[in-house]
Parts: sequence; structure tokens; C-alpha cells
Amino acid sequence: MSDLAIRVENLGKEYRIGVSQERYRTLRDSLARIARDPLGSIRGTLGNNSTIWALKDVSFEVKRGQVLGVIGRNGAGKSTLLKVLSRVTEPTEGYAEIRGRVGSLLEVGTGFHPELTGRENIYLNGAILGMKRDEIDRKFDEIVAFSEVEKFIDTPVKRYSSGMYLRLAFAVAAHLEPEILVVDEVLAVGDAEFQRKCLGKMSDVAQEGRTVLFVSHNMSAILRLTEEAILLEKGQLVLRDATSKAVDYYMSAGFSQVGERIWHADEVPAQSAPFRPIALRVCNDNQRVVDTVRSTEPVTISVDYSLEGAITGLRIGIYLLTMQGEFVFTSFDTDDPEQYARYGVRPAGHYTSRCTIPADLLNEGRYLLGLNASAFRVKRYFHDEHSLAFNVDGAGAPGMQWPEPRLGPVRPRLEWSIEEVNR
Amino acid sequence: MTAITSNTQDEVIILRPSRGWGSLNLGDLWKYRELIYFLTWRDIKVRYKQTLLGAAWAILQPVLSMIVFTIFFGGLLNVSSEGQPYAVFSYAALLPWGVFSKALTDAGRSLVINRNMITKVYFPRLVVPISSVLGGVVDFLIAFVVLLGLMVYFEVTPTAAIWTLPFFLILALITALGVGLWLSALNVIYRDIGYVLPFLTQFWFYITPVVYSSSEIPENWRLVYALNPMVGVVEGFRWALLGKQAAPGPMVAVSAVIAVVVLISGMFYFRRMERSFADMV
Repeated sequence: MSDLAIRVENLGKEYRIGVSQERYRTLRDSLARIARDPLGSIRGTLGNNSTIWALKDVSFEVKRGQVLGVIGRNGAGKSTLLKVLSRVTEPTEGYAEIRGRVGSLLEVGTGFHPELTGRENIYLNGAILGMKRDEIDRKFDEIVAFSEVEKFIDTPVKRYSSGMYLRLAFAVAAHLEPEILVVDEVLAVGDAEFQRKCLGKMSDVAQEGRTVLFVSHNMSAILRLTEEAILLEKGQLVLRDATSKAVDYYMSAGFSQVGERIWHADEVPAQSAPFRPIALRVCNDNQRVVDTVRSTEPVTISVDYSLEGAITGLRIGIYLLTMQGEFVFTSFDTDDPEQYARYGVRPAGHYTSRCTIPADLLNEGRYLLGLNASAFRVKRYFHDEHSLAFNVDGAGAPGMQWPEPRLGPVRPRLEWSIEEVNR
Repeated sequence: MTAITSNTQDEVIILRPSRGWGSLNLGDLWKYRELIYFLTWRDIKVRYKQTLLGAAWAILQPVLSMIVFTIFFGGLLNVSSEGQPYAVFSYAALLPWGVFSKALTDAGRSLVINRNMITKVYFPRLVVPISSVLGGVVDFLIAFVVLLGLMVYFEVTPTAAIWTLPFFLILALITALGVGLWLSALNVIYRDIGYVLPFLTQFWFYITPVVYSSSEIPENWRLVYALNPMVGVVEGFRWALLGKQAAPGPMVAVSAVIAVVVLISGMFYFRRMERSFADMV
């Protein structure tokens, strides 16, 4: 019994739909409701409208010293689970038992104040994360060294570059020494070099025998840091297995729709409005929706969506990712300045945005397609990096005479010339 | 490995939905006392970091108010100041009033301003309004130096009861915290509170004897008047510093009782609402 660090039983969390959009009630609305339904208001059931279970009947256990990965699509309940376990929010039902000091990293740099210096922010942020002052004193030099901002430690962080800021923020978080560490997508920030360093630090933590719960969209990070993972889907735990198997399941069975992803109304978050995705499709040269395309033929990607109202500066984009979660490219339908000028304001209506990935580009293997709808620097209406998976068949691709895997996500047909150079 | 685990004092946290009124859980608050210190320190530091005059603002505000009040109320309108120089009379009240109104406004807004921390990290939420209230004490101490200067200038000798001042300061802070707890929790749900706050402090200013003396209030209404805890605070300050009148014992007692009731009810209400802060703020 005592070798368990976390025990979760039938945990559920219910949110009222539209809360994120309305943000807060106004007194006037509540007064109007109280007038209509005085008894209900006293019991605190103001307007008991539709709700959504972000987590439902989730049960699992984590042994002391175990590093458990949590995977699942956007909106599957991963972040909600971590918020409940790190006591930021209360569960609506069920029960969880946590043995040991919990440190949660749902974000780096929580409470950082731009006017304060790096030194001051280390103390402030450390205290917010639950460190004692003498603990921060003791680790101060180590934190500064890890962050590589020694020279600017007495400069207000508002003068820091975004990279320096992130490094300092992560450095504080990385030196937290709780018995149980709960980590959300914090590694998805910063440049590649920094990510590598963070990942290294995380694997040190994992090897020190600390209990870690680790959420990430980066499958290679999950594979590298965890041995076992749970998979969440629509708020429910659907699988717990060795990480490699869970990732496999998530990447393939989880995307069983053949070359097509359809969004039902209840899958679209309320804050996406007025944008609503309808379908994302992968079509071959004959315009048929397929699960497998050939590397040697052009591939058409089409996005069906509707706008319930006009959007200014809207751009619809696709992401192409490898199964390890690494980006191959991002492209938007208004990348062309002329196109962008033409669709400055997109009126309400039903649309299809279509693009073609040229032939002889992708290597054989399995890829993920993601969808993004945003207005630059205004709002990200919709974002899903894992909408759909499809296969690329290598038949006829350059170099197929050698039956060996080619490294890299692309396999372009390049013009080679070979000359004999005579001296 | 086993040796280590058996040595560790296991801290078991049970998470389950809470119903109804919870306990205050002051033990947890005590564990996070350093965070109260750091947040208070942050508020003070940030407040003066990018201002031209820095800490001088803590003096300028009450001094300028005192000058205006002395000219208009003390001079032109000839408001009674219990035989004291009007400048000292009003400044002695402006000190606790200043710390109170600042604490109340800051505490009322504190949860919404710190929403980014609240949605990301666990800590007892009471830490946030408490540190907002404490942040004003430094201003008070700075402004207090001016009062001593004024008293020397006008040759007012403090009474022997000056040692009771900290009690009245605490009474002002308790009142601000109590009301601030109610307002900050309500502000999470109803952003109307942001608009109510300036009006509330202005209104409260008029029902507190800052520019006038509470001796203007009819004798048999004084205890009702003292239901406003700031009446007890201001009376206490004037009595302890300037003397010249009987101790305002009954009024202070009424004020103190109300302040404590507001504080305790505020804490319970705050704790009850706390569970939904992260989802609503």
C-alpha cells in the first residue's frame, strides 16, 4: 500500500459549457435569475445549463518512483487531470490520494513579474512553486548556472529575450524537488537546443527515483522519458500499457478513420466560434479519399469548414508531422500575398480550402495532419495537431532499389549529376 | 530505497469533492507563510520600481489631502477639530484611512489580478488577499514619520496611550481583509465588483470621521455609528495620539466586534468559493 504514490478512483470533473466563453457572470444576469428562481438561486444552482465531463470515471495507480506518461488528443482531459492532481481545481466526483509533496509544472514562469530582476523572480517563482527560502538560497547558484543568464541576473526580466526568459523560468522549475512531479506540456517551448536541455533534465529527474506524471504531445519525449503510459480519450481512460504500445495504439487505432477526419458539433470547443471545422481529407491523384497515398503522386489535402460569422484575416493551415510528433511543415491557405489580400475578410458561409503536396516529396511512412484556423496576432480559433494520420507508400520513390529505410521525413527526387573531374 | 521511504514523513493528500462549508485550514496557510512574505514584498517592490518619485508617493498622498482638507474644511468651513490643529487632526485620521482604503481596494482586486497563478499552481488562496493587505503597511510606516514631524511642529505631545496604536492599525487591517475577502471572492464571479470598489471606498470615507469629528454625531447614535469599524479605528488613532478626550472604549469595542465578525465570515465565504476560483477566474 505504502509503495503507491498516487491512487485515483472514479475521478470526474464537470465543467459548465460556455464558461470559458462567457468568462464570468455579471451581477445583472444573476439578479435576473434570482428573481425568476429564488429557491434555486439560494441553493447555488444558478441556471443549471448544459455541462461537459472533462474527466469521467478515471481510475489508476502510480507506484512510487514510477514515471507515467499521459497521452491523448487535445481536449481528452489530460490537462484537467493534472489540474485536479495538483490541487488547482477540485474534482466533481471520485477520489484521489496522493502520498508525498507534489510539485506541479503546468506552466513555467508562473508569477514572474516583468519589473523584477532575474534574481528577484527566482525567489518569487520558487516560493510560488512551494520552495522554502533556504532551499532557494541553497540552489540559487545552480539555478542561475542552468539558466545561463548570469550576466543579466540583476536586470529586470522585461529586458530579457524570450529565450532567456524561458531558460530562467525553466531553471527554477527544474530545481524543484518534490516527491511527486506533475508536468504538463512545458517542454514544448523554446528553441531546439533548449528543449534538448530540458528533456535531459527531465530524464535526470526521472532517474532519481522521483514519481513523475508527464503529459506531452511530443511522442519522442514520451517514449524517451516514460516506460508506461495511460491514454485518455474524451475524458475517459481507454488504455494503460507499456509506453511503446500505448503510443502505437494512440497513433494508429486512435486514428482509424480512413483518410478522413470528421468533426461532430460536440467535439468543437466553444471558443472556436465563429469557425467550425467540418472535415479534413487526404485524397490521391484521382481525388479519392484514401488512407495510403504514393510518394510519387501528388496528394490533395482539403479542409471543409463553415463560418458562422465573418472573420477578418482568417488563415486556414495544415501541419504535417511525423509519428514522433516532429513538424515537417506548416502551410496556410493565404500564404500567397495576393490570396491574402483577396480574402481579407471571409464572410459567413461554407468553404473548402484545398492544397496539393507535390509528388516526390514525402518519405515512406506514417504521417499526422493537423489543422489550424487563426488570424495572425488576433486569435487562434482552432488548433489540433493530431487530426488525422495517413500512410505514404514508397513504391517508385528515388532509391527504392536499396531495401533500406531512408532517414528523414522527406524523400525528394533531386537532380544529381555525376562528373569525372580530371586534373 | 526502502530505508529512505520509511524515513520520509508521508504527507497524504486526499482529493475529493467538498460539499457545503469547509474548514478554514489555517495550518496550510501557516505552511505557506513564506509565500505571503514574497508576494507582499513583490507588491511593494513593483509599486515603487517604475515610479518617478518612488516611496515619496506614500507621503505625498496623505499630505496633499491633509493640506486640501485643512484649507477647505478646517479653514473655510470651520469644521470642529476637538481643539487640535486641524492639520494634525485630519492627518491622524488620514493615516489609518489610507492604509485601509488601499488594502481594501488591492485585496478586492487581488484574485483577478493574480488569476494566472491561481489557474496554474496550488497554494492556499487566502495568501493572495492577505499579502495585498499587508503590502500597504510599509506606506503607512513611511507616512507615519510625517505625522511625527507635524506633531513636533504643532507642539502636540502624544499621550501615554500611544502604545495602543498597533492595535488600531491591526483593527483597520482586519476590517480591510474581512471586507476584501468577501469582495475578492465575489469579484471572481461578478466583475461588477471592480466598478463597485471606487464607489465603496468613497462612500465609506464619508461615513468615517476623517474630515470631521465623531463628536458631531448625536451622543445616543454613536454606538450605531461605530458599527462602521473604521469609526473605532479613527477614534482610536486620535485618542492615542492627540488625547484630550475620554477613551472611546465602547465605540472601539463595537467596531472591533464587527471587524472580527466580518473577517471570520469573509474567511468562511472565501473558503467556500475557493474551490471554483480556478474554473471561474
